[in-house]
Amino acid sequence: MDLGAINPILLIASIMVSATPILLAAIGEMVVEKSGVLNLGVEGMMITGAVVAFAVAVNTGSPLLGFAAGAVGAAALSLSFGILTQLLMSNQVATGLGLTLVGLGLSSLIGKPYEGVKAPSLPRLDIPVLSDLPVVGRMLFSHDIMVYLSLLLVVAVWAFLKFTRAGLILRAVGESHDSAHALGYKVVRVRLLAILFGGACAGLGGAYLSLVRVPQWTEGITAGAGWIALAIVVFASWRAGRVAVGAYLFGGITVLQLNLQAAGAQVPVALLSASPYVITILVLVIISARGMHGAPASLGRSFHASN
Amino acid sequence: MIKLEKRPQPSRLWTYLAPLLAVVLTMIVGGILFSILGANPVEAIRTIFWDPLFNPQFAGYSRPQLLVKAGPLILIAIGLSIGFRAGIWNIGAEGQYIMGAICGAAAGLALYPSESVLIFPLMIVAGALGGWAWAMIPAVLKTRFGTNEILVSLMLVYVAENILASVSSGLLRNPDGMGFPGSRNFKQWEAGHNAELIANTGMHWGVVFAFIAVIGAYVMLTRHITGFHIRLTGEAPKAARFAGVNPARIVFLCLGLAGALAGLAGLFEVSGPAGQITIDFNSGYGFTAIIVAFLGRLHPVGILLAGLLMALTYIGGELAQLMLGVPGASIQLFQGMLLFFLLGVDVFTNYRIRIGTREVA
Amino acid sequence: MKRRTLLASVALAASLGTAAFAQDDPTKACFVYVGPIGDGGWTYQHHQGALAVKEAYGDKVEIAYQESVPEGADAERVLTQMALSGCDIIFTTSFGYMDATNAVAAKFPDIKFEHATGYKREHPNVSTYNARFYEGRAVVGHIAGKMTKTNKIGYIASFPIPEVIMGINSYFHHAKMANPDVELVVTWAYTWFDPAKEADAARAMLDQGVDVITAHTDSTAPLAEIAKENGNAWGFGQASDMAAFTTNDDGTPGPRITSIIDEWSPYYVKRVGALMDGTYEQVDSWAGMPEGEVVIGPMNDAIPEDVKAEAQAMIDAITSGEYHPFTGPINKQDGSAWLAEGETADDGTLLGMDFYIEGITGEIPQ
Repeated sequence: MDLGAINPILLIASIMVSATPILLAAIGEMVVEKSGVLNLGVEGMMITGAVVAFAVAVNTGSPLLGFAAGAVGAAALSLSFGILTQLLMSNQVATGLGLTLVGLGLSSLIGKPYEGVKAPSLPRLDIPVLSDLPVVGRMLFSHDIMVYLSLLLVVAVWAFLKFTRAGLILRAVGESHDSAHALGYKVVRVRLLAILFGGACAGLGGAYLSLVRVPQWTEGITAGAGWIALAIVVFASWRAGRVAVGAYLFGGITVLQLNLQAAGAQVPVALLSASPYVITILVLVIISARGMHGAPASLGRSFHASN
Repeated sequence: MIKLEKRPQPSRLWTYLAPLLAVVLTMIVGGILFSILGANPVEAIRTIFWDPLFNPQFAGYSRPQLLVKAGPLILIAIGLSIGFRAGIWNIGAEGQYIMGAICGAAAGLALYPSESVLIFPLMIVAGALGGWAWAMIPAVLKTRFGTNEILVSLMLVYVAENILASVSSGLLRNPDGMGFPGSRNFKQWEAGHNAELIANTGMHWGVVFAFIAVIGAYVMLTRHITGFHIRLTGEAPKAARFAGVNPARIVFLCLGLAGALAGLAGLFEVSGPAGQITIDFNSGYGFTAIIVAFLGRLHPVGILLAGLLMALTYIGGELAQLMLGVPGASIQLFQGMLLFFLLGVDVFTNYRIRIGTREVA
Repeated sequence: MKRRTLLASVALAASLGTAAFAQDDPTKACFVYVGPIGDGGWTYQHHQGALAVKEAYGDKVEIAYQESVPEGADAERVLTQMALSGCDIIFTTSFGYMDATNAVAAKFPDIKFEHATGYKREHPNVSTYNARFYEGRAVVGHIAGKMTKTNKIGYIASFPIPEVIMGINSYFHHAKMANPDVELVVTWAYTWFDPAKEADAARAMLDQGVDVITAHTDSTAPLAEIAKENGNAWGFGQASDMAAFTTNDDGTPGPRITSIIDEWSPYYVKRVGALMDGTYEQVDSWAGMPEGEVVIGPMNDAIPEDVKAEAQAMIDAITSGEYHPFTGPINKQDGSAWLAEGETADDGTLLGMDFYIEGITGEIPQ
């Protein structure tokens, strides 16, 4: 065993890249859940984003256009969930699972012509001056633009929920849709917007997989990343900052165990892979034992004005 | 302005009409999908819905297979539906299913190669206990700390999947399997095999238990005080408390029942149709069962029908791939659409459409 | 027993029904895949083999397939449905279909079953086939030994099964002969296909100074990760050629310096052909380079000419049967003797391989 072979600078740099797709998807899902909607279809939206982004990037030669298209495509798909759960009052759990089915099926049909094709690459964006700094330069400041964007998004969501009126309304809707409705807020509209935002973020996450992380289109490319994003939101107890911590932890455990293996350590892989979920349960228990309501109170409940 | 207005009582007419309308809509849109993919739409729809039941070439085999495929879905969905009625959202049946399979299989394999007749009953008990114990974790956390059971049960699915990966390449690995991950095959060990009870009918113990569960749930929900308490807890938690219902007891009951049934489903599957514990032995029955529970409107008979319909699309979808060469993904999409339409048109059961402004504000 | 006879009579009826048209009726070859045909690796290559059958025999054959069939209960049903649909020969292309293949074969004695990578032939109508991928690993191992600058080479392993361990040993043995200072790093991904995880595994090794990586997983993600090293690290196509990574956009040689291709076409064409002309027999086939089942893809210009020539010489020697990649002296990891000077490994030992050879550090996970 040679643990000295693990370079902590490179380790953190690679955790940042590896966590970006789940971070993007999780921050979007957090906003959705904050509005009181549980969308279990993250996996389906992510993979749809991945395929749409890839197709557009290959056809236009522009990865950035690809990202935009991935976000729009996944948001469009999430609209079907929005219409069903918000306008037609269908059950959110079942609809979310259906969304995953639809997304997985649709994406592989769209993706057929793009198998084996190479995507245009997204250049690394070395931030001037900062990227030349020793240690932190390589670790934090020489990634591609989406890594920074994902972190920026976390800050933006945090500020939006904490400081803006719209953020306050969104939280009110998630805590008690009946009171929010009584106060004259458009519950359904707020939730639809949140669902679209969640879809777009999941789409960006998927796009990051197909355009940067892998970068190629293959069926089943997300391989469960959407489900991990759902877990991260819970782990984070619906706080933006902790979503980032959670994504880096969940992504980091995989990277770390692979690094340990490469360094020659015997690693109990199954135990390590299960540990983030166990930690998440512990976090949930702690926040609920403290008497704080972790989850938005209206999470998963349908709303109808006549209720 | 189109408005939805909640019906005072679910419409009886729409209760029956909605699923039919959804199936017709799916056939139309699915037909369009298949014709875009270059298949004959009429033929594709016929292959999915008709051939598994009536095609002379396949039906003799695929009709019993509908039971095999629907059995675990119905068994799990019945357990879940009772919890859902009480407002207890256990979405971790997949994990309970896995743990039931692991515990049941482990209990049996520990006694390999004994041929005692007690082995299979022992496995059944161990399977039910395994699923039950896994569901007790969210139950205890919910009653003790008020922790959200949706999330705990979902997280436990991932933990169970990791345990499955670990035991199938470690503890339960077949010593004669040349190092490949996977347990011994129960089909080659009579004492532990969940075989067909009557040849060529698809009826194995899991299907029998599924039917018993349907009847049991129906009796409990309509005729028994416990069923009344469960429904009351779901519909009016405060009233339930005044009626002397102990909410913690309901949580333990509902989660425990769902866990045990999911565990049984896992055990029957692993010792019968699947045959062995493998790394990806769970094929999503626990999640599909949630869909089945809602398609069946949380009613035992509805679940029975929904489970069979779901099984039909699986088997019909396989035939469509085989006979018409449509891609596997299109079947997945088709199932998703069917689900969306069923969930969507269901709105008419509980709501009526009003055009114009509402009369009473 | 009752079920067996009943189903057999169904099958009999079906075959009698078709017998009348037997002269014009095409032979139907059916394929069961564990993944989607667009996976770019394992299943993709099997499907290429299926298409080659169609190509070779045209209207005389009909092919049908089913993708993403889970191993276990669903496999047995899918196989039975295929048998009932009139398939004459069914190829089951994943290890996990082994028991299902044998169970269904018992019910349909007139239909031929071919199971890939397994070892059970419980009925006369079940054959098994596999490819000697370790021959390919030997060639890329030699290239890896020559190409590495850091003297650290990597192997992204899937599961600790004999097939993978055989590959690791062959890769390391030949790298070591090419370069005595070479050190091998193995990471176990515990998946056959998870692009993001495979990329992470490649990244972990690259960060620790590994500069030549081969993968036993199916996606192209490791190659894309290696590409980020800008020509300082190299990798190989796995299962399929992965030609997209042969050349970079700017025309410089890409990270995929060559590849090990699973070429199932010769076997599939041969077996379906044998069935049509009546020479079909049960076999246990384990073919490799001589039969064209294991193919080394085009080598790109990152490999120096002399190394190319050495690699080609090794390919030629294996193809002609002069050289067996496991030729002694080779010791086991603990230093005990395995193969004496000039001795070659027997197939039984290889197929059950559960030990590393001398020089590999670390243990095989249990």
